This record gives sequence, structure tokens and C-alpha cells, in this order.
Amino acid sequence: MLTVENLSKRYPNGLLALSGIELRVRPGEILGVVGGSGCGKSTLLRVLSGLEPPTAGRVTLNGTDIASPREEIGFVFQEPRLMPWLSIRDNVAFGIRHLPKTEQTARVDEALQRVGLADFARCWPRELSGGMAQRAALARALVGRPSVLLLDEPFSALDALTRYDLQDHLLELWSYERPTMVLVTHDIEEALVLSDRVVVMQPGPGRIQTVATPALPRPRERTDPLFEDWKHRLLGELSRSFRDHRRGEEAFPAAAI
Amino acid sequence: MTATERLYEPTADALPSLAGGPRRRPGLGRAVGLIVPAVLALGWEAAVATGWGDGRLLPPPSRVLATLYALYASGDLVTHVLATLWRVGAGFLCGVLAGTLLGALTGYLTVARRLFDPTLQALRSIPSIAWVPLFILWFGIFETSKVILIAVGVFFPIYLALSGAIMDVDRKLVEVGRMFRLSGPQLVWRVLLPATLPSYVLALRAGLGLGWMFVVAAEFMGASEGLGFLLVDGQMTGNPATILAAILGFAVLGKITDGLLAAASRPLLRWQDGFKTEA
Repeated sequence: MLTVENLSKRYPNGLLALSGIELRVRPGEILGVVGGSGCGKSTLLRVLSGLEPPTAGRVTLNGTDIASPREEIGFVFQEPRLMPWLSIRDNVAFGIRHLPKTEQTARVDEALQRVGLADFARCWPRELSGGMAQRAALARALVGRPSVLLLDEPFSALDALTRYDLQDHLLELWSYERPTMVLVTHDIEEALVLSDRVVVMQPGPGRIQTVATPALPRPRERTDPLFEDWKHRLLGELSRSFRDHRRGEEAFPAAAI
Repeated sequence: MTATERLYEPTADALPSLAGGPRRRPGLGRAVGLIVPAVLALGWEAAVATGWGDGRLLPPPSRVLATLYALYASGDLVTHVLATLWRVGAGFLCGVLAGTLLGALTGYLTVARRLFDPTLQALRSIPSIAWVPLFILWFGIFETSKVILIAVGVFFPIYLALSGAIMDVDRKLVEVGRMFRLSGPQLVWRVLLPATLPSYVLALRAGLGLGWMFVVAAEFMGASEGLGFLLVDGQMTGNPATILAAILGFAVLGKITDGLLAAASRPLLRWQDGFKTEA
């Protein structure tokens, strides 16, 4: 269980990025986090990963505090961030160099197979398209078999078709080991296609406005009227969060919709 | 980067669209670089032969080559070349070691940068030739002072380039290293070092070029052998052909050593996604 208790984060420049965040993410759950720019989505993910320390509150994984990056936590960044001097194979193996060579090879082969890049193992990152590079980044994050996978707008830089393809692909990858996933996105459709629950965040400082549990059957179809209905509900919540922010109103307590 | 993280080249079967790589155009290729010196040499030779040029102060290429051959036949050329090569090699090695160590330290550790960089930047602005009298007093007139003077020349471009390159490494790649829990030395070895390699290689080549410049100054301070000595000897004996032979020696050796350095580093930089890849 990934637990966030009364989390606040203030940057050294004085900016309060997060305030009073409370979350419980169940093992194997996919949690979507949506919100506009500057509402602290990425900061939340960075604190969950251990890359940023919280200013107040606690983040724990199965009862243990997350104070720094841990083996059980994988991270997929907005950009692939592949090491340009390493082949795709070596990039995927980057985080498992401590394992015996035979296990490394087996795991990397399996990961490349799963993301459909087995034929591109010896290529340089510069030779891959944006979608392929992001798949390599996914393989790199998953090859260590993390129990928690954090994704920070992983498909936002891609075209719509590639994005849809990778969303399906992500669900397929999740189905193998079923890690807990926290997906930050500004795309409501993406959050609805992938997530079991969707957290809507409010800016200034970043807080949770609503946690929604879309009652949608899987696999989710974007053309499903029910899907459209949920999309409009979440859009309404997002609009409300910005309205509230502009009016400078007090934070709304988190409520289920 | 561990031993198993080899730098691969894409293969034709791995990426069919790249099969065969860029095609070379037929033509002179690298030999085209010889055209300008050849035309200049032939032009000067013709000018002297037809009486248009003064062959006494600027001897034609044939006379310079004859001087070089005479030096070679007597065994002096090899002695001079080896002496200069040894000085440049030793000075380059010392300069590279010191520049790499301090460059890496000041680039990686803020406290080291604050401690050493102001002093090193101040020392950098001193003309290196100004050190000569002091080096002679401290280390004598023989090899040590010469090697140290060359090392000073090599040190600064490497120090500056490496320190700056480390500070400029993409923060996002460093963050990937942090996410995979790399220790400080692992981060240096697996992320910072390969990321700075292109700048480092350029700095090595610039440092080597300066090494060749400084060896002349070093050999002016009382050497009895070396191409720099040959320059002084040519001046003292009023023999411009000897001076030109020494200058030609510097040019050829400088080009060869730079070419070797570039060739040695090329396999390590194949991953670069530059506008043009050129040796």
C-alpha cells in the first residue's frame, strides 16, 4: 500500500507546491492524477518517488518511509531520457547492473520483447521515433520489476494515434506483473482509459479537489456514451478547480463523486 | 558505464532503413586537404625557379626537403623529433592528468569549485611564457622545467572544458541516475563521464595543439636537441632552410598526433547525433 499522509511541499524559493495531500493507493491499483499546469501533479510524483523530500507529512510504501529512490519504485518521465551513448539494450539494462549477467540478459530480452523493441536492441536512442523511445523508457522502468510504477505525463509529447497505442500497451504491460501505478496526466481521456480512480488536483497550492471512481467497464472505449459522461464530469471538476483558484476561495475538502 | 555496456553500432538487420549507411561520393576524399599546401609549395618553387621570388630568405620546398633529408641521413632529425615528442608526450600526459582531476572535481563538487576555480582562473590569465624564468630557477634548465611548461599549456583547456561540461550535463539524465540509486562514483562513471566525452575529446585535441606550441617556448630555454632547438640553430647559423624544416616537422607531427587522437576517440563518439560527423 502506497500511503500519503498530510503531505506538503515547499520549494526553497518559497513556493508552496503541495498542501495537505492525503492518499492511499492499493496494491495493483492504477491511480490517475489530473489537473492543470502548476497544480503540483509532477511535484507529487517526485515526492512519491523519493526524488524530492516532503516539507511536511509522510509518504510510505508498505509502512516504510520513502526518503530516497528505491528499487521497488520505477519512474517513467515525460521525455524518454535515454542515455544517448548507450544502445537500447544497455539503456533498458541501466538499472539492473547489480544483477547477475544471465539474469540481466533474460530480463532485458523479456522487457524488449514485451515493448516490441526486440529488433531494435542494438540501435542508438537517436534512431528511434518518439513513441519507440518512450517504449524503451517503459521497458527500462519495468525491467527491475518494481511494485510501484510512477508515470509523469509519459505520452504527452506524442501524437494522438501513438498515444492511444501506448495507452493500450501500458495496460498490457501492467497486466504481467500488476504493479501499483500512479499516472500523472493533463489528458482526461487518458486518465479515464487507464485509471481505476482519478484524482483531480487544484492549484495554488496543489491540493486534492476530488477523487473519482469511474464506474466504467474494461476495456474502456472512448466512444462509449458512459465514457463521454465521465469525461464531462471530470472536465467540470477541472473547470471548477480553476474557477475556485481564480476566486481565491478556501480549499474544498476532498469528496467522492 | 560497466564493461558490459558496450557502445553498439546499429546493424543493417536491426534497422533496415539505415542499411548501408550514408553513401560516400566518389572523388578525392580526404586527399582534397593536400591541394592547398601542394599548390602553395609548387607556386613558391616555380617563383624561385623563375627568379620572381627570393630563395635566400625563403628557400623553396626542394631546398627545405633537401635539408630535412640531410638531417635524416645524419641521424639528427630522428634525435630532434624524438626529443620533442618525448617532451610533448610527457607534458601532455601531466597536463591531461591534472586538468582532468581538477576539472572533474570542480565540475562535480560545488565546494571544490568555490575553493579552486578563482585561483585557477587567475593563474590562467598569466601568459605561460611568464613562468619560464621561475621554472628555470625552480626546476633547472633541463627536462623537468620544459615538461612542466608544456603541462601548464595543456592543463587549462582541459580543466576549463571538463569542468564546464560536467556542469552542463543534462540534469534530466542525472535524475535518471538518481532514480536508479547510482552512488557518486557510479554517477560520474556511468552518466557524467560519457555525457562529457565529446567536449573532453575536443579539449584533449585543443590541449595537444597547445602542447605543440609550448614545446617551442620550452625548447627555446636552453635545449641542445629538439625541433625547437633546430629553430634556434637555424637562426644562429643564418640558415632559413633549417628553420623551415623544423617548422615543417612541427606541422607534420602536430597533424599526425591530432589525427591519432581523433581516430582513437571516434569509436567512442559514434552515438552522437550531430549535424555532421567529421574526423
